Amino acid sequence: MSQRTKIVPTLVLALGGVYALLPLLWVVIAATKRSDELFTTFSGWPSFTGGFFDNLGQLGAYGDGRFWLWMLNSLIYAGGGAFLTVVISVACGYALAKYRFAGRKLIFAALLAGVLVPQITLAIPQYLLLSDLNLVGTYWSVILPSVISPYSIYLCRIYAEAAVPDEILEAGRVDGAGEFRLLWSVGVPIMTPGLVTVFLLQFIGIWNNFLLPYIMLADDNLFPLTVGLYSLLNRGASQPALYTLVISGSLLSIIPIIALFLFLQRFWRLDLVAGSVKG
Amino acid sequence: MTGSRADRGRSAAPYAMAAPAVILFVVFILVPIGYAIWLSLHAMRVRGAGFGIRTEVFVALENYVTALRDTALFAALRHMLAYGVIMVPATMGLALLFALLLDAPRVGGKRASRITIFLPYAVPGVIASLLWGFIYLPAVSPVSAALEAVGLPAANFFGDVSVFFSVANIAVWGSVGFNMVVLYTTLRAIPKELYEAARLDGASEWRIALRIKIPLLRPALVMTSVFTLIGMLQVFSEPATLRPMTNTITQDWVPLMRIYQQAFVDNDIYLGAASSVLLAGATVLLSLGALAVFRFRRHAR
Repeated sequence: MSQRTKIVPTLVLALGGVYALLPLLWVVIAATKRSDELFTTFSGWPSFTGGFFDNLGQLGAYGDGRFWLWMLNSLIYAGGGAFLTVVISVACGYALAKYRFAGRKLIFAALLAGVLVPQITLAIPQYLLLSDLNLVGTYWSVILPSVISPYSIYLCRIYAEAAVPDEILEAGRVDGAGEFRLLWSVGVPIMTPGLVTVFLLQFIGIWNNFLLPYIMLADDNLFPLTVGLYSLLNRGASQPALYTLVISGSLLSIIPIIALFLFLQRFWRLDLVAGSVKG
Repeated sequence: MTGSRADRGRSAAPYAMAAPAVILFVVFILVPIGYAIWLSLHAMRVRGAGFGIRTEVFVALENYVTALRDTALFAALRHMLAYGVIMVPATMGLALLFALLLDAPRVGGKRASRITIFLPYAVPGVIASLLWGFIYLPAVSPVSAALEAVGLPAANFFGDVSVFFSVANIAVWGSVGFNMVVLYTTLRAIPKELYEAARLDGASEWRIALRIKIPLLRPALVMTSVFTLIGMLQVFSEPATLRPMTNTITQDWVPLMRIYQQAFVDNDIYLGAASSVLLAGATVLLSLGALAVFRFRRHAR
C-alpha cells in the first residue's frame, strides 16, 4: 500500500472547512459594501469603494457609540462571569474531589441533576426572583445566574481528582500549611490547564448567550452584543439602511472572540471534557 | 491542642470551599425550580364583582391542562421535532465522520481543518443566524446569485419545508466542531495497539472505524448526543433572529418562543411556568432515557 495522502478523506475534511468558513467569508465581503451596493452588486465579490470604512464610521456613530458599549458589556459579562465561575467551581470541585465529608454525595448528585436541568427553563423564575431583589436590569442579573455552572464544577472535580496528588497535600499538611493555602498554592497551580479550559468554555457560553440577557435587560446601554445586534436587526427590517450596520457589527463582534479562540487554542484541554465520560 | 484545632480546621474547610457554589446553586437553580412549580399551580384571578382585586389563587393543575391543550404549543413542539430530526443526526453524523477522518492515517490538512471546523463554535448563535439569514435572504443571497448565474431558479430558504433545513443548518454549523473535537480527543486517548493488530491483519480503515473505534467512542457519543438533544429542546435564538426576515417563522415557532410569549407578551407567567416545567420535565426524561439506554447496553455486553 502506498503512503501518499488519501484524496477522498482529505477532500471531505476540506469541504467541512469550506462549509465552516463560508458565512465568515460572506460577512467579510458584505462588510465592504455601502448600503446602496449591498442589494445591487454581486454578493460573492467585495466592493472597493471605501464602504467598509463608511460602515465602521456609521456603526461607531450609531446611538452615540452604543455599539462599542455593547462590546464592552459583552466583555464584562463574559470575562467577569467566567472568572467568577472558575473561582467558585475550583473551590467546590476541589473540595468534592479531595475531602470525604458528610453531604458530599448529596452535593454531587444535585450537581449532576443540575447539568441535566436546562438552564434556559430557569429563566422565567430567575427573572421573577431577581426582580424581587431589584436586580433585574442590572449587570448582576446577567452575571449571577451565569456564575453557577454545574458542568464547570463537575469538570473541576474530575480534574482535581486526576491531577492533584494526595501525597503532596499530605506533605504540605505535615509542613503546617492550612487547607485554603493548600488549595491556593498546590491545587490551583496544578489545575491551571483545566481551569483555562473551564474559563474558555464559560466565556464563550456567556458571550454567546442570548435568552438570559434578552429577558433580564430592557435598557440598551446594558445590552451585550448578541441582544444589541438582534435589536438592530429588528429595526433594520423596516429600515434596510441599517442592514449594513448589522453586517459590519456582526463582523466586528466575532473578531475578538475568534482572536481569543485562536490565541488560546493551544491551551484548550478538551481531553478534560472527553475524559469526563470515561468509566 | 494544635492537633485538634488543625483537625477541626480540616473538617470545616471542605464546607467553606463548597459553600459559595452550594449557595448559588440553591438560589439560582433549586429555588427557581421550586418557584416555577409553585407558579405553575397558581393563577391571577379577579375576586368579587365589578372592579375586584386581582389576587393569586391556587388552581392545582389547571395551567397544565391549559398548556397541554394549547394548540400553539403543540405546533411549536412539532416544529422543534422536525428541526431536531434534521439537526441531531446531521450534527452527530458529521462530527463523527470528521473525527474519524482526523484520526485516520494519511489524511492531509488535519490541523488546518480541525481548527477551521471548530471555529464556528466561537460564533454566537444570534450572529450565526444573522450571517446565515443574509445568505438565505433572496436580495443578497450569494447562493441564489450563483444559481441564477447558471440559469437555475433562486433557492427559497424560507419555504414550508426548507425552513426547517435552514434553521437546522445554523445549529449544525455552530455545533459540529465542538462535538468533533470531543470525539477526536477521545479517539486520541485510545491506545494505538488496539487497532494495530487489526491493521496488520489487513483490516481496512473503515472496518477498524466501525468495529473498534465507534464501539470505544460510545460513552463520548452518548454524552455529546445528550448535549445536542438538550440543545434541540432549547432552540430559541436561531428562529428568533430569523423571524424579522420571513413570515414563515411565527412569533411562537418553537416551544421556548411560545413560553416566552405566554410569560412576557401575554403576561401570563403562571401558564408560562407550567409550560416550562413540562419542557424541563421532557428534557430530564429524554436525557435520563439516553443515559439509561447507554448503561443498559454496557451491562448487556
